[in-house]
Amino acid sequence: MSEREVLELLRENARYDTADIARMTDLDEDEVADAIEALEAAGIVRGYQAVVDWDRLEDERVRAEVELNVTLDRETGYDDIAERLARFPQVKALRLISGDYDFDMEVEGDSIREVSRFISEKVAPVPEITQTVTHYVMASYKENGIELGDGEDDDRLSVSP
Amino acid sequence: MTGSLEPAERVQAVGPSGIRRFFEIAEERDDVISLGVGEPDFSAPWAARDAAIQSLERGKTSYTANRGMYDLREAISRYVGDRFGLEYGPDEEILVTAGASEAVDLAFRAFVDPGDTVAVAQPAYISYGPGVTFAGGEVLPVRTREEDDFRLTVEALETAGAETADLLVLCYPNNPTGAVMSRADLEPIAAFAREHDLAVLSDEIYAELTYDERDTAADASPGTATHASIATLPGMRERTIVCNGFSKAHAMTGLRLGYALGPGGAINAMNRVHQYGMLSAPTTAQYAALEALDSCGDDVEAMVDQYNRRRRFVISRFREIGMPCFEAKGAFYVFPEVPDGWDGIANEFAERLLRERGVAVVPGDVFGVGGEGHLRVSYATGLEELREALARIESFVDQHV
Repeated sequence: MSEREVLELLRENARYDTADIARMTDLDEDEVADAIEALEAAGIVRGYQAVVDWDRLEDERVRAEVELNVTLDRETGYDDIAERLARFPQVKALRLISGDYDFDMEVEGDSIREVSRFISEKVAPVPEITQTVTHYVMASYKENGIELGDGEDDDRLSVSP
Repeated sequence: MTGSLEPAERVQAVGPSGIRRFFEIAEERDDVISLGVGEPDFSAPWAARDAAIQSLERGKTSYTANRGMYDLREAISRYVGDRFGLEYGPDEEILVTAGASEAVDLAFRAFVDPGDTVAVAQPAYISYGPGVTFAGGEVLPVRTREEDDFRLTVEALETAGAETADLLVLCYPNNPTGAVMSRADLEPIAAFAREHDLAVLSDEIYAELTYDERDTAADASPGTATHASIATLPGMRERTIVCNGFSKAHAMTGLRLGYALGPGGAINAMNRVHQYGMLSAPTTAQYAALEALDSCGDDVEAMVDQYNRRRRFVISRFREIGMPCFEAKGAFYVFPEVPDGWDGIANEFAERLLRERGVAVVPGDVFGVGGEGHLRVSYATGLEELREALARIESFVDQHV
């Protein structure tokens, strides 16, 4: 239970320190540190990253959502194809999904040209891949649960009963 | 009354709120972190806002029935039954009001005769006293004490002489202390009320905001919340008005929607005042409230989880700073004491903290007897602000104590 609560807080803000998490959960700092260590050791927490609003950066960052359809045979399963694709650093996320296509792949690059070339030269030629459909991200409004707008002003009265 | 619009005596009898001065000082500066806010820092759940928008798009801008939309009264009936074991029918026993504040005011105006005595368990929300005064009644403060976890006791009622009162006002979970009263705590109070024929006004606006483990709450029966309503105790339904609303748990303060629950005759009396003064609660807000009850339970749970983390954090930090802090179990306030060694009263502490460090808190004496030496600190603000505010309070205490 305490691990779950610690996990929720890390997902909310991975920069909470152990002292703050301890205060918020009524755990000891040592218990929090142990919980984090256990989550990492079990491979549940795989890393810590910043949530970035790329639109606020001057240098261009191009992202695309790519639909992939594949065909399988006795030697090659979904995991085999996923393992091959996930090794590319341009691939930021890869998920097997239900519905009209098989894989949902997130790709990042410095330009549309770079992303296009990656799809056409590295992904499409994979023998099991039968179709790719690339959707370029035009704007992002929410990432990892965080809304990317300017936020709402706190227009409450500063002191109220 | 003269031709010069001289305010009536009962209006003149009510002075400016003790909170006002702190508001004015806070407004002068732009670096203030306010822990003096008595409302959620969340917006109303989107589904509720969307329902309000849709109602406007469909042109639902007429008056509703005086008592409120029937669908909403049915939804309230189901909700209070499921959550708190309160059984009130939508036809006669529920009145939808413009905020819980109107429900409280209606109760005073409907049941308090000039000269009646209204016992108020204090520290308490600051509006009860003026409401009683406007209705022509006399306030009898009943002091709750920190050693009782700010719960009301029969001893406190007897000390105050509440046997002769006509009406008793309870606010649990409590603003400003965060105290909660369990069913067991309420039983002797109910016995006192029955014995001395006291009517009860129970303001339960913070009922959803309780932080004990709900599945282990000994007093959760027959509802599912930790909070217990005095109206569920034997012999209390016929002498109690329960007030609740959507401002706190559903973060709908600005929509102004509340309700009163009570026996048919009592609700009828309150409706008589309401229908002439208000006609009906805001229609748009009623649609939002209906949706809030239908689909926003998860939003409430998520907000309560956030409050609970902040509550633990704030209590922990005050204790680290050396300011004794009662273990508040409800609402979104803690009620720490000014530190030992502070050479002055809580009012001065709060004012200097605001002027020197830009942190607004409210001195406890604003909330009546029992609040002296304490500060009301709201944790209805983000954790980053709370961290910074507590760091500033710590440096203030280190400098002056």
